[in-house]
Amino acid sequence: MANVLVNAPKTAKKGQVVEIKALIMHVMETGFRPGTNGRIIPRNIIEDFSATWNGREIFRMKMSPAIAANPFVSFSAVASESGIIAFRWSGDEGFVAAHQVDITVT
Amino acid sequence: MTGLRLAAVLIAVFTASFALAQGDGRRSGYQDMSPALQKMQDDDTANPAMLFVQAGASAWTEKAGAAGKSCADCHGDASSSMKGVAARYPAVAPETGQPVDLEGRINLCRTTRQLADPLAAESDGLLALGAYIALQSRGQPIAPPGDPRLSSLRAEGADLYKRRQGQLNLSCANCHDDNAGRKLAGASIPQGHPTGYPIYRLEWQALGSLKRRLRNCVVGLRAEPWPYEAREYLALESWLMVRARGLAIDAPAVRP
Repeated sequence: MANVLVNAPKTAKKGQVVEIKALIMHVMETGFRPGTNGRIIPRNIIEDFSATWNGREIFRMKMSPAIAANPFVSFSAVASESGIIAFRWSGDEGFVAAHQVDITVT
Repeated sequence: MTGLRLAAVLIAVFTASFALAQGDGRRSGYQDMSPALQKMQDDDTANPAMLFVQAGASAWTEKAGAAGKSCADCHGDASSSMKGVAARYPAVAPETGQPVDLEGRINLCRTTRQLADPLAAESDGLLALGAYIALQSRGQPIAPPGDPRLSSLRAEGADLYKRRQGQLNLSCANCHDDNAGRKLAGASIPQGHPTGYPIYRLEWQALGSLKRRLRNCVVGLRAEPWPYEAREYLALESWLMVRARGLAIDAPAVRP
């Protein structure tokens, strides 16, 4: 299980814009750096991050080698209905991480 | 009327001198950071060091070693038992009578209580536990213990701090006392108070200890850094804590 920190409100009013922040531990190795043995360290990054609200995609981003280690993503969404916000990160070397939070919309 | 005016002047003088006594000019590295970085540190879901804290919190309750004990088995809830601990280390370990820093203390617990292997210097496991313990002292003033057994070590540290070294022939004091607040290339020179260790340094893209920071500085002087277990670090750490006495701990900090 990857080390993830997600900050999203537990409750929101219908139609309200909520801010969602997601932080994940990952080396984001660029694939351009030589290691101590002089050989290039193979690229190991998160390629894709997405968030869904009750299964409907609300955010997606492609990540690149230029993004620093432990990427932090903040985005906003309109609170539509109560349910689950699910996050998924995937990348090199078969990396997959998932996390979900509950939200109640009134 | 003149009496009243005199009283007003006196009050003003007292307030001014009080303010001076409070602000003795010492600044934590936090105060010298940009507002954006301060916000990043203050927001526990944006501060990447909190990922390590999360790992440290689970390591706290994990059983380790031949004794099959976790940190929590002896120390219980870290939020009460570890409060203020990071603010007073380095301190003398009762088992050995020797001074240790917080990381040394963690490893001493591992080897003598948990009967486990010590964690490697600068390893994620050690940094994570250190960050979790340091977090419990957030806001506490740095309070080095008044143990006389530490005085010679502190004197060594104070001496090292002022001693010129390396090809650049500079001492710590040349930057952090004489030129603090000014610029070294593009970076501002902080006063060098160890309030936030372990820190998430953006340049490292990782969490690092005060030792790593000191090694960085020593390499910057073009001197050869001491090995991780060297007494010099302990001496410098002990002196830096005395020098920063009373400043609030803001660990785990973000630094540029």
